[in-house]
Amino acid sequence: MAALDQTQVKEGVDQETVDAVREAGTYKYGWDTDIEMEYAPKGVNPDIVRLISDKNEEPEWMTEWRLSAFERWTKMEEPTWAMVHYPPIDFQDQYYYARPKSMEEKPKSLDEVDPKLLATYEKLGIPLKEQMILAGVEGAENAPAEGRKVAVDAVFDSVSVGTTFKDELAKAGVIFCSISEAIKEHPELVKKYLGTVVPVSDNFYATLNSAVFSDGSFVYIPPGVRCPMELSTYFRINAENTGQFERTLIIADKGSYVSYLEGCTAPQRDTAQLHAAVVEIIVEEDAEVKYSTVQNWFPGDENGKGGIYNFVTKRADCRGDRSKVMWTQVETGSAVTWKYPSCILRGNESQGEFYSIAIANNYQQADTGTKMIHLGKNTKSRIVSKGISAGKAQNTYRGLVSMHPKAKDSRNYTQCDSLLIGDKCGAHTVPYIEVKNNSSRVEHEATTSKVDDDQLFYCRQRGMDEEEAVALVVNGFCKDVLQALPMEFAMEAQQLVAISLEGSVG
Amino acid sequence: MALPQEKLTATEERLASLAMPEMCGCTRAAREDALARVQEMGLPGRRDEYWKYTRPDTLISAQAPRAEVFDAGEPMIFEDMDNLKIVFVDGVFSPEESDDLTLEGVMIDRIEDICGKDIHWAKELYGALESRGQTPVPRPLAALNTAFAKDGVAIHVTGKPSKPICLMYRHASETSDAMLHHVIRVEPDAEVTVLEVGPAASRFNKVMEIDIADNGTLHHVRAQGRDHERRAMTHMFARLGTESTYKSFTLTANGVLTRNEQVVELTGDDAVAHVAGACVGDGDFHHDDTVFITHDAVNCESRQVFKKVLRNGATGVFQGKILVKEGAQKTDGYQISQSLLLDDDSQFLAKPELEIYADDVACSHGSTSGAIDETALFYLRSRGVPVKDATNMLTLAFLAEAVDEIEDSEVAEKIVNRLEDWLARRS
Repeated sequence: MAALDQTQVKEGVDQETVDAVREAGTYKYGWDTDIEMEYAPKGVNPDIVRLISDKNEEPEWMTEWRLSAFERWTKMEEPTWAMVHYPPIDFQDQYYYARPKSMEEKPKSLDEVDPKLLATYEKLGIPLKEQMILAGVEGAENAPAEGRKVAVDAVFDSVSVGTTFKDELAKAGVIFCSISEAIKEHPELVKKYLGTVVPVSDNFYATLNSAVFSDGSFVYIPPGVRCPMELSTYFRINAENTGQFERTLIIADKGSYVSYLEGCTAPQRDTAQLHAAVVEIIVEEDAEVKYSTVQNWFPGDENGKGGIYNFVTKRADCRGDRSKVMWTQVETGSAVTWKYPSCILRGNESQGEFYSIAIANNYQQADTGTKMIHLGKNTKSRIVSKGISAGKAQNTYRGLVSMHPKAKDSRNYTQCDSLLIGDKCGAHTVPYIEVKNNSSRVEHEATTSKVDDDQLFYCRQRGMDEEEAVALVVNGFCKDVLQALPMEFAMEAQQLVAISLEGSVG
Repeated sequence: MALPQEKLTATEERLASLAMPEMCGCTRAAREDALARVQEMGLPGRRDEYWKYTRPDTLISAQAPRAEVFDAGEPMIFEDMDNLKIVFVDGVFSPEESDDLTLEGVMIDRIEDICGKDIHWAKELYGALESRGQTPVPRPLAALNTAFAKDGVAIHVTGKPSKPICLMYRHASETSDAMLHHVIRVEPDAEVTVLEVGPAASRFNKVMEIDIADNGTLHHVRAQGRDHERRAMTHMFARLGTESTYKSFTLTANGVLTRNEQVVELTGDDAVAHVAGACVGDGDFHHDDTVFITHDAVNCESRQVFKKVLRNGATGVFQGKILVKEGAQKTDGYQISQSLLLDDDSQFLAKPELEIYADDVACSHGSTSGAIDETALFYLRSRGVPVKDATNMLTLAFLAEAVDEIEDSEVAEKIVNRLEDWLARRS
């Protein structure tokens, strides 16, 4: 039965992929919401940091934490090792805090949220009503209601506008709220875990984030709890010249399980915008976290104008034995991506997985990959990365697999495949492999090729036009990763693959 | 950009200990350019990304660390073969020990004679490929060599010489610090085999610039001597013309520190470059293979095959890169780096890179690391092969893919014999 359902979904999706290719306009989330905003003055300095802390009504220790991060940031240099090129960023020419005026008084429930904001998310396909399904999922109406619930935390520029299903989650003991709320209501948890996976001085962007992060999501799953629904955060950048700095903290206590989804979009603008996020995940004994991202920030137009600079630090710490974390990402947006979701496999028999599709078209540049740091015995990791370059884009896989001397009998398998569409783009692979004991096995494979002519010919022979055929072949190329995504995302991702490549053929 | 103070000091100290040879005449301009490059780049430091896995300290120090001369009690590996021997002792040419340098199809001269004899190609080549090889990644120790190398040979291959040319590097003094710079030009349709053998010196810095014209072929096989305490830093710069072939194999056994860089540029269509290496290390042993292959023409093939067997705390490093430039369509690039760790103290550090700007290419790389396959070992033991023999057998089989890159069966056999001896001494 399950198998049959899956087949139906797949057939449906193929049709959607085809439709998506036909659709005019490449970036369908490029509109903006006309809403009155309140900004902090441009630039970053200790006063701005204090102001953000103030706006979030944070306790003194948090303000201090931010200020010390800022202090360190001023002494750090922007990293230049990634294979991405962009004009220098003027960090003083950005707004670090922007929130809709209507959010001045925090709404007590979703009913009080400005309808304009709700409409924004509605338009994005993320209704903030507590309904059973995410819009746009075909066939999901028939699925059992229990399995289809998704709780959403919606972040608009610098603030969280609302979180759905809070009560139901609370019944299970799950805390799911914005991080600003968590700092106020669960300071003991935040204090204990914040900055323990990504230290304040980890890197240039993470340090900046530590100083100026305005909001984000906080998740705590108590011991033994299997989170009753998928959790999701949807990030929307709306205001111009505004950087979004969100911070996500996920704690999966002993024996718990959670699947977390992250989505993001931004309006189409001529000037580049900055996004520097930090995600920290703590996985205790026997716990499992699945983190899926569909990153669809505005990629800039076909001439490389505008777009989001996406500098993200994501890291999971598998502290307990037999803990497990799985990163799945579909990177289709952003003008520049600099992102390396990592796993520290500290617990014995812990597992880390990383599945990635990175698509770069036009003038997009993506430098992304993962780090698997094996510290515990019998740890396992698996990396599957699919990079697709089209137009004049550059796509780089950069990764590290490190087997420490004590990580006996560990295992890593890495596969990086790159696909090139057109002769003006580039695909690069920069893996680092460090093996410091002999009972571990490490395997790394990488290939680079172009879309196979025979496959294209086969599709065209059956009446597909060239773009459809390329979309189909590319979807096949990404299959390993698409299969690792939760269903809602898998479908969105499949469509995105087709849309992102639009105009890259011929 | 100004150099960091630490680097500046190290570079200045090293430069102060060196002097350009007085008789360098027509190479002086190239040497001075190279010196300027060194001053601009600075010598490698431990913070340099390209030196992430190998500490350059002992390679750049003003004085070479002492290295005991090791008497293996046997002739050097290719000594008993029929070849034309050119002998260097601690980096100085030894006419007494060398053969007569005349051979049909090839002209051999010392670097110091290229000005007097007005050997145009060699004057032009000296430092030229090294200078090209400085981008995109700086190789300051190669530039240092161009500036200060005291000896070396210019080999002009115009035909197909009847026997290989063998460069023998003897190590005689515990404190020798040698720099050799060779230039080789292979003319169209010519073919030659160049062998290199021996530890050379306590510290050895060698650059070989190889220019292969259309349809030319160069086979290169080297065995870097067994002296435990020797250090070596070598660079091979090769430029390949249309339909030319370059095949290089290196055997490294022991030696406290070795870094072999290969910088190969395929500039003519249909050229073929194979670079391979087998290394066996025991104890205080650090071996680094750094390869940079640039495809800048259509339908070229490159292969990198590197195998390392490590035990008792030995370290193996592989940094390999295939760069396919825009327009270098139909490129076939392959790269494999594997290590066999015979115990838990040894380590393998690898960075196999691809950088590709053309779409109609097939490039792949693989890298693995692990212990001896227990199943294979069990299979052999169940058929009555003792553990030691079975382990050696599997180790040799592991190295075979690299050794297979050698085309001359006589040379390959000698390499295999050396590997067998190494294993026998340790089991």
